Amino acid sequence: MAEQRDVAAAAGGKLAVHPLPVRITHWVNVLAMLIMIASGWRIYNASPLFGFKFPRDLTLGGWLGGALQWHFAAMWLLALNGLVYLSYGVLSRHFKASFLPLTPQSVWRELSNALRGRIVHELGVYNAVQRAAYAGVIVVIIALVLSGLAIWKPVQFQELAALMGGYEGARIVHFAAMTLVVLFILVHVAMVALVPRTLLPMLTGYAKRPEHGQES
Amino acid sequence: MKNPPQQPDRSLVAPTREIVALERRLFFKQGLSLGALTLLSGCDITDADAVQKVLWSMSRWNDRVQAAIFDPGKLAPTYPESAITRPFPFNAFYPEAQAPRVDPATYQLELGGLIRERAPWTLEQLYALPQTSQITRHICVEGWSAIGKWGGVTFRTFLERAGADLTAKYVGFKCADDYYSSIDMATALHPQTLLAFRFADQILPAAYGFPMKLRIPTKLGFKNPKHIAAVFVTNDYPGGYWEDQGYNWFSGS
Repeated sequence: MAEQRDVAAAAGGKLAVHPLPVRITHWVNVLAMLIMIASGWRIYNASPLFGFKFPRDLTLGGWLGGALQWHFAAMWLLALNGLVYLSYGVLSRHFKASFLPLTPQSVWRELSNALRGRIVHELGVYNAVQRAAYAGVIVVIIALVLSGLAIWKPVQFQELAALMGGYEGARIVHFAAMTLVVLFILVHVAMVALVPRTLLPMLTGYAKRPEHGQES
Repeated sequence: MKNPPQQPDRSLVAPTREIVALERRLFFKQGLSLGALTLLSGCDITDADAVQKVLWSMSRWNDRVQAAIFDPGKLAPTYPESAITRPFPFNAFYPEAQAPRVDPATYQLELGGLIRERAPWTLEQLYALPQTSQITRHICVEGWSAIGKWGGVTFRTFLERAGADLTAKYVGFKCADDYYSSIDMATALHPQTLLAFRFADQILPAAYGFPMKLRIPTKLGFKNPKHIAAVFVTNDYPGGYWEDQGYNWFSGS
């Protein structure tokens, strides 16, 4: 997308940040993920894996049957939207352009900088921590979907379930992946709230071009 | 969506005290509105009839998808005796003490619908059918699972002996505890679908469904009716106790 970015920048003094397919699939994913998490918490409450339940007011569906209906309806939205996003990311080279290069050293360096209050943020370019987080959450969501399939169909997809230690193992993987996604969302939303100018480009696609060279 | 307030174009590397305070306020404000959005989606939307209709039709769509995924030759995993869950959990829509007490002396299994020989079966006749057993995982719609050992006759054998129309769509069940359910014919004919008379090598106790339950390791627990009083074969969708309230009908594993 580098070419497109330069063209747009030359044309109107605006910086193209997020291409349209990324913006659409991002917000569809927000909706699908909120439904999946809130209904999933209600399903969890019917037979908690661990010694706690999720607060009822944060759950969706009213009762187990309602929550299951939401979960098994929204799973199609999540999966189909995810497939569109992944296909786009690979075919358009969006993933390659946005997430690479990615080395453990660069992630560690920028993470320790960020924790000391030195957050590097250029609109339109992901820093190493962002690359690791965004690429990582994609992998986690894939694990979430695969473990969900194993729980849904532990006989028909028993080979998949076996990879996670069978049905009960898949429940643990599903819960762990959900937890990681929720942690990602909390940090992600907190970062947007701390750097609010990153929100608009995810809606319009563009950011105002900084006047004096690169922002940092 | 409102534009975010204009930020001075200056470095965040050393934010001033004012900016930190401003951004902290924004953080809480936006956090609150996000929470409010989540709550809205939890209450109002659920009650809307239109949404309910969409959810029910998605559940019917999922029935068709599961029927397509179902492989009639694929066997559920089986386990060694050492893996059996003890004690095996009781589960029903009533407490264990209310499980029906069926009198074996007078009990008869009624048959109905698209079945050639509709004469009722006594327990003696049923016990005389070829018996087999399995150790499989029972998975509850609530999420928990438990491994048990069930013994009985393969349901396919029973349906064949009774002369059931094996090309019909559904097999329905009426139970002594007023429970009712139904399954697809493909699952009824699966080699692991048992008309089970025994649990852990003993005659099925009342809590686990005396005199018989349908054991289906390729479906969720609530699709395994206990205390079966009548079996019928039909092409008209019979529904079920939980299915009519919203649980997915196919509920295959």
